[in-house]
Amino acid sequence: MTVATAPSPPPVTSPPARGPSRRGRAARRLLPLAPALVLLALFLAGPVLWSVYIAFTNETLTGSASVNAQFVGLANFVKLFGDPNFLNSFLLTFVFVIGSAVIGQNTLGLIIALLQRGRARVTRSVVNGVVIAAWVMPEVVAAACWFSFLAEDGTLNTVLGISQEWLYTAPMVAVILANIWRGTAFSMLVYSAALSEVPTDLVEAAAVDGAGPARRLLHITLPLIRRSIMANLMLITLQTLASFGLIYALTGGGPGTASQTTPLYMYEQAFRYFEIGYGSAIALVMLLIGALFSLVYLRLIKVEDA
Amino acid sequence: MTRLAARTAASLALLVIALAFVGPFLWVLIASVQPAATLSASLTPAFSLDNFRAVLTWETTILPLINSVVISGATAVLTVLVAGLAAYPLSRYQLRYRRPFMLTLLFTTGLPVTAILVPVYAMFFRFNLYGSVPAMVLFLTASSLPFSIWMMKNFMDGVPVNLEEAAWVDGAGWFRSLTSVVGPLMAPGIAVVAIFVFVGQWGNFFAPFVLLDAPEKQPAAVTVFTFFSEYGQVAYGELAAFSILYTAPAVILYVAVNKYLAGSFNFAGSVKG
Repeated sequence: MTVATAPSPPPVTSPPARGPSRRGRAARRLLPLAPALVLLALFLAGPVLWSVYIAFTNETLTGSASVNAQFVGLANFVKLFGDPNFLNSFLLTFVFVIGSAVIGQNTLGLIIALLQRGRARVTRSVVNGVVIAAWVMPEVVAAACWFSFLAEDGTLNTVLGISQEWLYTAPMVAVILANIWRGTAFSMLVYSAALSEVPTDLVEAAAVDGAGPARRLLHITLPLIRRSIMANLMLITLQTLASFGLIYALTGGGPGTASQTTPLYMYEQAFRYFEIGYGSAIALVMLLIGALFSLVYLRLIKVEDA
Repeated sequence: MTRLAARTAASLALLVIALAFVGPFLWVLIASVQPAATLSASLTPAFSLDNFRAVLTWETTILPLINSVVISGATAVLTVLVAGLAAYPLSRYQLRYRRPFMLTLLFTTGLPVTAILVPVYAMFFRFNLYGSVPAMVLFLTASSLPFSIWMMKNFMDGVPVNLEEAAWVDGAGWFRSLTSVVGPLMAPGIAVVAIFVFVGQWGNFFAPFVLLDAPEKQPAAVTVFTFFSEYGQVAYGELAAFSILYTAPAVILYVAVNKYLAGSFNFAGSVKG
């Protein structure tokens, strides 16, 4: 299975092996991997397998089911897919991912990267600076920024000259805008890197042939960076699917359940009502969706030397 | 003429975008130096550092920031050590399952950590680890490992093997060779991974929020949130000051890594030398 493309040394120039047998040597070679494998097994693979188990029980942290949890088969999943609150959260997560990641961050990141080509260094640094600053700041602080920005007499309403309680009247719009603001830097950096690899002579040749800027973009530039576009879409979808802190700090999922995406619903079930079995079933669904997107991402990128 | 118009339009569009991105920062920056600032973006000519003075107390900011340094720092150090060890055989030997292993790691980086925290919480509860900072650091390390091992292996691949041969001739085993030859040569890479993990954990809110029990164990991410939900409406100036104190280290470290990444690692020089 090993693809021998790595610059690994031939056996002669390997570190000296002092073991008597081949098996001993192989074991010694793998020894440095042991701490990582132990940690990954105990704290990552273990919990994932554990969630598969408890998702089929009625485990809670309070009440009688906390002492002796019962195996309940598919009951949690049957409940899940008939639960209007879960379906609501699922729909809101879909809207959140499409609105803030696929449309918002992706398009805005691409537009900024395109606009920045050929601009003065100062312009590029300033734009990069403010866009990246929004990305580097912790999500709780990002929420604090948007809380005042969207307040009734906050910056946005003052600039627009209106009075609007955004977090109550349009909570999804508010969290989508906040997440576009916070995450655009990633797409911008991905597209800046991708665009710098597009050969200029191809684009210039098309210009000589009379292709306008729009046609050059649609028929030359975008097809050339399509792998980056797809990989970026997968990555930002994965990041946005699991987004918790920003929404939780801004709206708490409310008003009511108007902005309660699936991670917030999972939090409420598992950590507020201590329905660990049910919460794990929700977590498992999220993990499966994440795994699906992650597999698509692996198919899309070219892993040259692993 | 049209070319000039297009360039002007592009610059204008960038200006509008930059202004839109500055918008949400504005009031936080201004409110932090406005005494008695509220959510209302109404400017007063007064300037004072009272908000910073008010929040710079042991319980409000100092202890939470120390907790953040301890949690993020321990996770970064542990991750670098474990990932550095793991990267060595992956970079230096022809291992049979290397490619599937590396692909599995890459796959793992895509899984939502938010979802993994439900079973982690249940496990911590069962094994009496709930509220334990060391246990949480081990979990955070495990969740940082897949990506860090990838980065470490790539940095290590950049260190030519022939630089190690002299050490082997002198009788050094893999551990000596890793710590005295490979390690120092990839110091910039190690710094990048460490700072990357540190900044990531500095902003991590959800894990300490659900895995730690007592307020005095909480890092700044959680105390900013608590402060925000309790006093955000009334003492916005203080919240803004706290937010700035908490954000500054992340920004400074990001700028530091950015510079490091821009400077290319000159391995060619050490091969010749």
